[in-house]
Amino acid sequence: MSKSMVKVENVGMRFNLMENKVDDLKDYIIKALRRELRYQEFWALRDISFELKKGERIGILGLNGAGKSTLLKVVAGVLKPSEGTIKTTGVIAPLLELGAGFDKQYTGAENIYLYGAVLGYSREFLDSKFQEIVDFSELKDFINVPVKNYSSGMRARLGFSIATIVDPDILILDEVLSVGDAKFRKKSEKKITSMFDKGVTVLFVSHSLEQVKRLCDKAIILDNGRIVASGSIEDVSLVYEEMTE
Amino acid sequence: MKNAVINFKKYRYLLKELINKDIKLKYRRSYLGLLWTLLEPLLTMIVLTFVFSGLFGRGDESYPIYILTGRLLYTFFSTATKASMKSIRSNAGMIKKVYVPKYIYPFASTLSNYVIFLLSLIVLIVVSLVLNVMPTLYIFNAIFPLILILILSLGVGMILSTLAVFFRDLEYLWSVFLMFIMYTSAIFYQVEKLKIAGKEWIFNINPLYNIIVNFRNAIFGRPMDKYALIYSTCFSFGSLIIGMFIFYKNQDKFILHI
Repeated sequence: MSKSMVKVENVGMRFNLMENKVDDLKDYIIKALRRELRYQEFWALRDISFELKKGERIGILGLNGAGKSTLLKVVAGVLKPSEGTIKTTGVIAPLLELGAGFDKQYTGAENIYLYGAVLGYSREFLDSKFQEIVDFSELKDFINVPVKNYSSGMRARLGFSIATIVDPDILILDEVLSVGDAKFRKKSEKKITSMFDKGVTVLFVSHSLEQVKRLCDKAIILDNGRIVASGSIEDVSLVYEEMTE
Repeated sequence: MKNAVINFKKYRYLLKELINKDIKLKYRRSYLGLLWTLLEPLLTMIVLTFVFSGLFGRGDESYPIYILTGRLLYTFFSTATKASMKSIRSNAGMIKKVYVPKYIYPFASTLSNYVIFLLSLIVLIVVSLVLNVMPTLYIFNAIFPLILILILSLGVGMILSTLAVFFRDLEYLWSVFLMFIMYTSAIFYQVEKLKIAGKEWIFNINPLYNIIVNFRNAIFGRPMDKYALIYSTCFSFGSLIIGMFIFYKNQDKFILHI
């Protein structure tokens, strides 16, 4: 009997979209006086429930705008769901849009500490893993260059290296296995699969069904924020293929 | 509450990193680096003394110190609150990707400016010695205004950072309001010397003025003004409580607006 690592129960995420975006005080007051402040409710997720046990790997499939990334952000704790509950156990490594949290004026080395701190690592831990991160990112001398001079691939490589330096219990992957060149892609996929062997629980979003089939053992399909199919990867991928026909 | 403490401990290192970053980047590309923290208040003090000594400071040798005390405190308050106000937006990239307790951002902005402010007090010490204003036992009272101004800036910073997420034009409004605060903080004139009968209440309700009053009292070796101390204490802690309250009430909505 293995432990439940992620438990999502009846989660819904509601956004209030203003018909015309108001984000300053002047517009707000004028619109409020004219009674033009209308909100439109929009549910990005509705009635989402699933459970993942230790070592299970779930692929989240769906068309653009189906709510996949929103679901990952809710599990990562970045977004708070409007309804329902989420329970997670252990260390979460969120790999969402790698390198987006870097400070551009900081060098790569300084960003290792900054981004590491954001992910909740301690100074001692980062000191001990510093060389390993630099080596994995293959940035060599570029590590002392401000990140604003990096290419997007270099940034993603550094982000990937920092985020995967821990042994997480839960790994959240959003389209990140397509970073860098072919060589780095292979290397990062190898790193991810080595984590699988350690029994990490995975939530994986990708548009590549082939990749999901290779990496996951379960899958769900989202459509307009609702789960339309869930089960083993074989069954779900058949449904998905039909959907995308 | 207990969870908040555990969480804070976990992210203490992040707070330190963010404070470091602010300070490092602020001076990275200037030739004189951190020395600017000392030069800048010294130069403005000289300019203000030159301009206003004929008007307000006649025959008063310690007038430059009077200006410097007011200016240092005001500058800290204005830069810290402005930085906090922008902190949520400027860290939007992080906030959207990774979970971090969000109050860390306005806190780091205020604290990094506080470190710079404390360093700039060196100028005050040097100028005081040069102009022969020697510290007395009352100097220890300076700790009260120094703590109060930090509390006040944290509180006001949290209120502003919350509001600024929803209303972008708050930045301009706040600059105007800061100007009002500056002119009612008696930075380069003495309230007693002005003929402003009936308008003293403007000074009495300005928390920053009340903090500056007690800071000056400590520097010039006078006992603390009780009204100013009580008023500024209540106002500072009040603003912190209100700031924390509205920040916590709204923080989950930030991400939808940045």
